[in-house]
Amino acid sequence: MSNIPAADLLKPFKLKTKQQELLIRVSILCLVYILAFITRLFSVLRYESMIHEFDPYFNYRTTLYLTQNGFYDFWNWFDYESWYPLGRIVGGTLYPGLMVTAALIYRLLHFLRFAVHIREVCVLTAPFFASNTTLVAYFFGKEIWDSGAGLVAAILIAVCPGYISRSVAGSYDNEGVAIFALLFTFYLFVKAVNTGSLAWGLASAFGYFYMVSAWGGYVFIINLVPLYVLVLLITGRYSMRLYVAYNCMYILGMLLAMQIRFVGFQHVQSGEHMAAMGVFFLMQVFYFLDWVKHMLSDTKLFQAFLRITVTCTVAVGGIALGVGMVSGYISPWTGRFYSLLDPTYAKDNIPIIASVSEHQPTAWSSFMFDYHILLFLFPAGLYFCFKRLSDATIFIVMYGLTSMYFAGVMVRLILVATPAVCLISAIAVSATVKNLAVLLRSKSKAVQTGSTKGTSSGKASSKAALDQSQPFQKNGAMALLFGVFYLLSKYATHCTWVTSEAYSSPSIVLAARGAHGNRVIFDDYREAYFWLRQNTPPDAKVMSWWDYGYQITAMGNRTVIVDNNTWNNTHIATVGRAMSSYEDEAYEIMRSLDVDYVLVVFGGVTGYSSDDINKFLWMVRIGGGVFPVIKEPDYLVNGEYRVDKGAAPKMLNCLMYKLCYYRFGDLVTEYGRPPGYDRARGVEIGNKDVKLEHLEEAFTTSNWIVRIYKVKPPNNRW
Amino acid sequence: MEAPIRARDTLALALFSLLFFICRSSPLNNLLISNAERRIDLSSHIVKAYLTLKVENAGSTPASEILLAFPLAQAGHLATVEALASKGKRKKTTLVRLEVKPTELPDAPNDAIYFTIYLANPLNSGESTTFEVLYMLTRSLEPFPAEIGQSESQLVIYRDSALILSPYHIKQQTTFIKTPSPKVESFTRVEPTNRAGTEIKYGPYEDRPPYSVSPILVHFENNSPFAVVEELVREVEISHWGNLQVTEKYTLVHAGARHKGVFSRVDYQSRPSSTGVSSFRYLLARLPPRVHSVYYRDEIGNISSSHLRADSRKSELEIEPRYPLLGGWKATFVIGYGLPLQDFLFESTDDRRYLNFTFGCPLLETVVDKLTIKVVLPEGSKDPSAVVPFPVEQHLETKYSYLDVVGRTVVVLEKKNVVPMHNSHFQVYYIFKPIFMLAEPLMLASAFFLFFVACVAYLHIDLSIRK
Repeated sequence: MSNIPAADLLKPFKLKTKQQELLIRVSILCLVYILAFITRLFSVLRYESMIHEFDPYFNYRTTLYLTQNGFYDFWNWFDYESWYPLGRIVGGTLYPGLMVTAALIYRLLHFLRFAVHIREVCVLTAPFFASNTTLVAYFFGKEIWDSGAGLVAAILIAVCPGYISRSVAGSYDNEGVAIFALLFTFYLFVKAVNTGSLAWGLASAFGYFYMVSAWGGYVFIINLVPLYVLVLLITGRYSMRLYVAYNCMYILGMLLAMQIRFVGFQHVQSGEHMAAMGVFFLMQVFYFLDWVKHMLSDTKLFQAFLRITVTCTVAVGGIALGVGMVSGYISPWTGRFYSLLDPTYAKDNIPIIASVSEHQPTAWSSFMFDYHILLFLFPAGLYFCFKRLSDATIFIVMYGLTSMYFAGVMVRLILVATPAVCLISAIAVSATVKNLAVLLRSKSKAVQTGSTKGTSSGKASSKAALDQSQPFQKNGAMALLFGVFYLLSKYATHCTWVTSEAYSSPSIVLAARGAHGNRVIFDDYREAYFWLRQNTPPDAKVMSWWDYGYQITAMGNRTVIVDNNTWNNTHIATVGRAMSSYEDEAYEIMRSLDVDYVLVVFGGVTGYSSDDINKFLWMVRIGGGVFPVIKEPDYLVNGEYRVDKGAAPKMLNCLMYKLCYYRFGDLVTEYGRPPGYDRARGVEIGNKDVKLEHLEEAFTTSNWIVRIYKVKPPNNRW
Repeated sequence: MEAPIRARDTLALALFSLLFFICRSSPLNNLLISNAERRIDLSSHIVKAYLTLKVENAGSTPASEILLAFPLAQAGHLATVEALASKGKRKKTTLVRLEVKPTELPDAPNDAIYFTIYLANPLNSGESTTFEVLYMLTRSLEPFPAEIGQSESQLVIYRDSALILSPYHIKQQTTFIKTPSPKVESFTRVEPTNRAGTEIKYGPYEDRPPYSVSPILVHFENNSPFAVVEELVREVEISHWGNLQVTEKYTLVHAGARHKGVFSRVDYQSRPSSTGVSSFRYLLARLPPRVHSVYYRDEIGNISSSHLRADSRKSELEIEPRYPLLGGWKATFVIGYGLPLQDFLFESTDDRRYLNFTFGCPLLETVVDKLTIKVVLPEGSKDPSAVVPFPVEQHLETKYSYLDVVGRTVVVLEKKNVVPMHNSHFQVYYIFKPIFMLAEPLMLASAFFLFFVACVAYLHIDLSIRK
């Protein structure tokens, strides 16, 4: 490790080897910390400091409310601006961790007299926590392997696209802080298991509390940890340390989690949390048996006792669970949980979950895209973990394997798997490089010292082989080292490229290349939302598909019928039904919902493909799921979805079609094409003479991406 | 004569634009106007009236003060009144600005409000003098019809009097009204009345007694942008490190005929000459030269549609709201920019510093209903005082910005009804010791120092209980 010739040159600053190592480690960590932050700033530099996508706008709006009105108002906030006429109890239906965190950072900065805007705090929260995650990854890696693996893990996770996808600047979502909280909780728990100290157990309970307050993904923790404990019990690794760690973490964590209103008594009432409780009781039985075994000297007697106890426990547990389920005290699993265990479940039963693109099963390409070399370093890391099994490595292996399964089920859960993949890959990299370095360094020193210094136990066997063919192996090791270096640099370039190209677009502002290579910006969303904000009555109700609900309330400051918090399927289905009905039927529905404006997103002029026409079949499906009058085949021709002349008559006359294509037939979108040529779908539309009876065009943005219609008051009867 | 006029006024005929000349120090009849010519320019939404008056002192005592008066209906709309006297002989006449002050008279006929003009040299008996009065009226063009569709053009009504309302005898008077286009729907005839092209001529009228009015109404097309800034807050922050940061918050509204019914984008895009003619897409802001780091944004983010053209004498910022402003539509936005401090901050002789900056709104041809200027002085400055060439409301505030401990003093100036005429300079004087500039760097340095000391201490102290 020591670098004595170099140290000679710097005699006045001569440091001890340990100090040198510390200096290098600290400076690498600092650099990684900065790197993790700045690599996420692409979107700020390329666009502006703004909130991205859909859900972050709700978080931003609530954070704004929290900073302006204080915590108690926030906690008791009844939001009548969404889900009209139902409203939403915001304080009781969100995870407040993110907002409270951002508000605290904001308060702290203002206390230190940094007059920043709350928006800047929100925009930079995710990168900040990503930086903190790298530190946690370092300590976690250090805990399960060694400090080298920790450093590599920190570097890998700092730039891993799987994590960056949810933590770029502006992506102000729960996941941004939750991955930090998740990894931190795991780290503290593993630390507690390794030390058996109550303090670490307590810390992990608080980590768990933070995680519960931040994201619904805490269910993963509360299921993975018992699973891990169970595996340790089965493999005979039960210890007092485990007992202390788990009981402390579970009981305190549960009590703390109950303080979050959205979670409430779910820890004792919901099926998803029963595993943890079962394992808790199991541990008590285990401990009890251990104690009895210790007290009883007769093994036969103990065997009999064991049989009785186990039968009784199983029976009591089974009965309790059965009674709880039947009486409805324990709620069954939710749809999302089911769809995790059975990927086809959502597609058949809950179209609203299936309609979200990030709930789709993951394609292979996106694994490659998000993990790059980690994808094959992961199995290698698993190999190293199995070679040096300990409580900690078992944990990381289990975390890695389960989260990889979930990542395969849902695209968005790649995020959860990322820390595990990075840690395990870091073990692979670190162990490999260390082995290779030992090989190389054995040249200058006696072979014996190298082998005694080798840290991994598996090294001893390879040392014997090394002695026989030293020169060849040294070159091989050199080549392999370069190979590792090459792969890692490829990884770095890939990550930067992915971050810059794929994950740094705010999706509110669209950018395209113009004919002369210049950058063209489509800022239509904000144009429309700002128009709504300024030029409609303050109590106007806007109907749109639920995707845009959060944005309309946050940027347009107007009441919406449905939004991205898809808690009421019937309400969404009503909107879906209105969109897929004929205009006069839809008018009745809109009148009953007090709708003043209807907002649709239309990409036919710009060729923007994620517009409402392309989402329309989901509206039909969701609407049809509740109202059987809406039938999907009515909108299809021979099972094909089309908007041109050959489209189904119902399709050509439904409200969504009319609103999107109203007066589109007069417009020439592309040179050499007939008027009414839809660039997003590449066809000439089938109904160019759209007449509206009950609605009128109120506003259309400059690139036609957002179109807003006003619902006319009913005609006088005479 | 007076009674019927009063009756007419109270019948809300809204008589406009009458000028009175009253000499307080001498009997009213002592002064008379031998010739009055009024030119009213209606081509934009700010009504500009130029009045050329020849005043004669028919009394025996010299007169040094002359009263201008306006009917109450105009009082809220009157943005500025200026009087200019020409001095010198024919060849090299220079215009001298005369002092004008609002005055109250107890028995004002027609609820008139008065302005006093203070003559530079008293007008002796028998003498006569000529001077010009310029006044501007805001929000005086009433859209009629009040709501128009996208394809219609905007028609407005202007109400005034053909005769100059005056307590004095006016021997001869003429009024010219200039409309932006020859498209005049109708106008009241008070013979002799002539119309040629874009100009309507009322008069000449001979020998009208005091307080004569003759209401007229002109209904014409005016498609110029009715850009009104309902509220503008300009914050000028002085940093003695060399920067002047200006932040301007606008609430812009199209104050013309309200838009009614459909807004069709396809029509607006394909036929710009015939649809939405009264709407406007962009505005020009004239900023000081050497402006840097200009931004243009609103509550929900940056607005990408703006262009800055800068040269050595001026900078022009073309700003385009997110959407075209049709009648009655609103847009709020913020413009911010930095300026080099040495262009605006000077040291006065008595050891004080003063900021010399323009009052008024940088947007061309706009009316500001309420303008607030906040001059944020650096932390530690004392005795602020503002010098503004016209009456404004003033008070002080405290603002906390980056690394402020005691807060910065803010001089707040407020004025209602501001027109481009008000873009003159004002000064804010204050005392500032340069040593205060070092407060913030020293604070930061000591904070970091303490942090490192804490780190070193932590690394060298063993706090564990067990050994």
